[in-house]
Amino acid sequence: MIKKLLPCVGEYKKQSILAPITVACEVLLEIFIPFLMAKIIDVGIKQRDVWYVVGVGALMVVMALLSLCCGALSGRFAAIASTGFAKNLRGRLFHKIQDFSFANVDRFSTASLVTRLTTDVTNTQMSYMMVIRTLVRAPFMLISATIMAVVINAKLSMVFLFAVPVLAVALAFISKTAFPLFNRMFKKYDAMNASIQENLVAIRVVKAFVRRDYENEKFEASADDVRRAQVKAEKVIICNMPIMMLVMNVCIVSVLWFGGGMVANHAGMEAGELMSFINYITQILMSLMMISMIFVTLVMSRSSMARILEMLDEEIDIRDDEADESLAVPDGSITFEDVCFSYAKDGDNLTLSHVNLQIKSGQTVGIIGGTGSAKTTLVQLIPRLYDVYSGRVLVGGHDVREYKIKTLRDAVSMVLQKNVLFSGTIRENLKWGNMQATDAEIEEACRAACADEFIRSFPDGYETDLGQGGVNVSGGQKQRLCIARALLKKPKIIILDDSTSAVDTATDSRIRAAFRENLSDTTAIIIAQRITSVMDADSIIVLNDGEIDDVGTHEELMARNKIYREVYDSQQKGAE
Amino acid sequence: MPGPRTRGYEKPKDLKGTLKRILGYMSAYRVHLIVAFIGIIGNAGATVSATYLLRPIINSINPKAGEEPDWNKFTASVLLMAVIYLCGVVFSYLYSRMMLTVSTGTLKRMRVDMFRHMQDLPIRYFDTRTHGEIMSRYTNDIDAMREMLSQGIPQLTSSIVQVVGVFCVMLWLSWQLTLLVLAMLFVMLRVVKVVGGRSANYFIKQQRAIGVVNGYIEEMIEGQKVVKVFCHEPAVNAGFDSRNEELRDAASNAHTFANILMPIMGNLSHTLFALVAAVGAGLAIGGWIDLGVIASFLQYIRQFTNPITQISQQLNSVLMAMAGAERIFALIDEPPETDEGYVTLVNARRAPDGSLQESDRRTGFWAWKHPHEDGTTTYTELKGDVRFEDVTFGYEENKTVLRDVTLYAKPGQKIAFVGSTGAGKTTITNLINRFYDVPDGKIRYDGININKIKKADLRRSLAMVLQDTHLFTGTVRENIRYGKLDATDEEVVAAAKLANADAFIRHLPQGYDTVLTSDGANLSQGQRQLLAIARAAIADPPVLILDEATSSIDTRTEALIEKGMDTLMQGRTVFVIAHRLSTVRNADAILVLEHGSVIERGNHDALLAQKGKYYQLYTGMFELD
Repeated sequence: MIKKLLPCVGEYKKQSILAPITVACEVLLEIFIPFLMAKIIDVGIKQRDVWYVVGVGALMVVMALLSLCCGALSGRFAAIASTGFAKNLRGRLFHKIQDFSFANVDRFSTASLVTRLTTDVTNTQMSYMMVIRTLVRAPFMLISATIMAVVINAKLSMVFLFAVPVLAVALAFISKTAFPLFNRMFKKYDAMNASIQENLVAIRVVKAFVRRDYENEKFEASADDVRRAQVKAEKVIICNMPIMMLVMNVCIVSVLWFGGGMVANHAGMEAGELMSFINYITQILMSLMMISMIFVTLVMSRSSMARILEMLDEEIDIRDDEADESLAVPDGSITFEDVCFSYAKDGDNLTLSHVNLQIKSGQTVGIIGGTGSAKTTLVQLIPRLYDVYSGRVLVGGHDVREYKIKTLRDAVSMVLQKNVLFSGTIRENLKWGNMQATDAEIEEACRAACADEFIRSFPDGYETDLGQGGVNVSGGQKQRLCIARALLKKPKIIILDDSTSAVDTATDSRIRAAFRENLSDTTAIIIAQRITSVMDADSIIVLNDGEIDDVGTHEELMARNKIYREVYDSQQKGAE
Repeated sequence: MPGPRTRGYEKPKDLKGTLKRILGYMSAYRVHLIVAFIGIIGNAGATVSATYLLRPIINSINPKAGEEPDWNKFTASVLLMAVIYLCGVVFSYLYSRMMLTVSTGTLKRMRVDMFRHMQDLPIRYFDTRTHGEIMSRYTNDIDAMREMLSQGIPQLTSSIVQVVGVFCVMLWLSWQLTLLVLAMLFVMLRVVKVVGGRSANYFIKQQRAIGVVNGYIEEMIEGQKVVKVFCHEPAVNAGFDSRNEELRDAASNAHTFANILMPIMGNLSHTLFALVAAVGAGLAIGGWIDLGVIASFLQYIRQFTNPITQISQQLNSVLMAMAGAERIFALIDEPPETDEGYVTLVNARRAPDGSLQESDRRTGFWAWKHPHEDGTTTYTELKGDVRFEDVTFGYEENKTVLRDVTLYAKPGQKIAFVGSTGAGKTTITNLINRFYDVPDGKIRYDGININKIKKADLRRSLAMVLQDTHLFTGTVRENIRYGKLDATDEEVVAAAKLANADAFIRHLPQGYDTVLTSDGANLSQGQRQLLAIARAAIADPPVLILDEATSSIDTRTEALIEKGMDTLMQGRTVFVIAHRLSTVRNADAILVLEHGSVIERGNHDALLAQKGKYYQLYTGMFELD
């Protein structure tokens, strides 16, 4: 797991190495201070040598100050190294998402991708900082303090033989008991937050049905669940501190007891040494506590790392490595040859089955079909947003897999069903279609999409700021902007996936009229709910359950196709 | 491990008031708090007194020249120390345990209060805030509170008690050495102030950078498919890289200051340790103090400086939690939906003399109970007659959405609203169920001014199927039953059949007991809408509002459910909003709205004959024929 994340250290290798080195220096300098203190007491005071006291005292102060510098430096190095590591990791993840195909994006939800890039990266950053700093400091301190204690008095240091295993077992036991309890608590916590979120989103429903009391009761039960789970989990964890104190105190008391005897009987120990020994005990036990805490944090952040790796390991399933760079899309003809498609890549669960289709360049084609009849799926194969399960999709006479993805998608413009505008001005958004578009071109596209008029009605016109997600325009206006954006590409094929559903009928027909005038060479594929949106097309495809039910003109279909007539009748009922 | 803060660094505005309110919440646990405080004092006292015992212990085994070690004193002191330490451990556990109960209980109360209050807030509140903003009250702000209650406050209290206790004993042991400690304390406080201040500044910068990066990530992932369709990946990557680098820069500075505080404080403490050892030795040589004093004093230094470092670390998180608490209280203080209505909806039955009488049983027959100022009460039959008289309304002060709208819907009529997006169709329905209020007397329901009707009762007499369907986590059955909590299973099935949802529900893996999660993500949009219709059907109200209820259902499916809808609409006053003109054709009256005004009214044929806007819209569909 760690091996795969290591390359993210990148240009911050120097700091990543310096941080543990400086922290080690800090420990080394620090560890001698109690030892020197013992010397002051056992030599200085005993021999009443003021100069010795001053000399050793000065040495101690100098060491403490040096240790301070090392500690501060390591803090700086660790900060640079860990934030740099996080930057590289975040960058890699983001670039990876850009490489994702639609199928990859579908596999992760938007919310989960955002969490991975934010919370999970932050957790990993904290763990990394801990590893290069605290995880070096604590064991190093543990070892050096133990050595010092043994040097001072080997016999007395036997107390550790008792203390360390007891403490280790106790801490391990507590962590092991607490972990599942914490997991359960987090689950309850998530459930509670989900219910809050749900209430927020559906507040109108709650109010409309006057379900306040019902929801309050539900929430109170869920909040109490969280409270109980939390008490249960933390009840275990709070034992950590008292147990650690208990062990430490038992050590101190027994050291004083046995050590005191040695000092009084002059049996190889001095008072100062006893005092510094107690200091080392504190440091050793503190380090142990620290190590156990680090492990808890690391284990907790392991799930974050796993989520990140899952993303990095995700296989990109649409590639164009072997495509011919020089191959351009010659025209806007489209052919489907016995195409099957399955989102699950499972032959028994086909979304599209055995579709054969011929569309000539420049034609306008409508697609009609009920919800779930795979209209969107069908057109998404044309710009190769997904790959077919079997069969071939040809654009301009070549299999879509022969083109570079950029070449293909530049030639095939698609207005998605769920369309998105980005923060920035209207002009900036439109330029997504073509970075080099002139003002005249932009206005022309907007006129064709019937967007020019309302854009001009805004005080800032084309410079109107859209805000995140294009929140400052209505649904119908948004759709028209998206169409204009797609037109700016001057594509050979344009696909409108139910892109005028929020546009009123009059505007809708004006857009289609503009299309006919300006885009006579462009193949247009229009998916629509309204028959009127497609009835003037050169041919209309009727899809049913992933299969082509019929293809023909409006008149032909009216004459022979049952589904088409049903749809038509349902929309025209009551008309004269 | 208290990691560096990644949350907001906002300073609380009214520290005292906020603290008082938090204490108010905690006061339910008064006994627990007192025990916890005793625990804190006991623990600190044990630490201080046990350390003091080092003095007699060291002195007894390190006798002055010519004297024998005092074994009795030694044994007694060590034993006493063991006992005191044991008490300390018990005290420490005691206060942690008490605080756990206090903090979890307090948090639960706060959450519930917040949630309950949220339910009472007007729709306007939710319109002007993002969900994320409100959610962060429940997550970030409550989390900060949790940290403060379970760690911040106890640690702060025990640190202060310990610092004061240690300081007194130090002063008593040796004023000379205490002076030295005071001097170092001054230096430490300066460091905390400088480093802490810098760190806070950089954290604010980091916070801003995180906001920018997260916003960018969210936006681009949301629009990922569009990015791909336009082959915009390189530009998006470049945009991300520059923001990412800015974040790194800010974060590395913020973390630097957070990281260096500990080593600086720790090593200043070591410096003090060295100075005390040296000066103490000097004083001992001079005979001013004994060796035992030095031994105790050296231990005290750690017990003095550690809490100070802790206070300096905790203070920030406490301040932050306070700012969070202020945001929580701001939500709780938000004025709730006003409801001065006093007309209620009651079960009624007709007395033999033809007058209405209140009934305490469910009669399936409803009446408005209208108490008057003179003490009399009148009953009006619930029919579903809705009238608007010159209603002018705007969501914001100077932006009118509806202008002089007058309309009437007689009981059992089907009224349709037609118009482009933003013409004010949804606004009208928002006014009928009082999601928003209009000035008195403008809207009447069965002849009663709707502002006089209790909101809950008003809404109970209406059922809505909204543009965006929202379902709740739970089974299909529970979701349908949402419209009428005491509905029997048969009623649920009947409602589902009415909405034509029964067939697909039976095809679900567990039928009516299939659990829906995250807003019914496992259903198609159309299926969700069918459930929403069933939910409205089971409520069986006299007035029905369908706001684009069939927009996501394809016309074939719509034709299938139309029969169900027709049954559902029978005998009810229905308001229909639809984009698709085919769904409004058979309405009793069609109102064409434009820019907030009703420009045409009439039935389908009359409007077509009028050759106005409706005619244009309608024939727009056929212009190519």
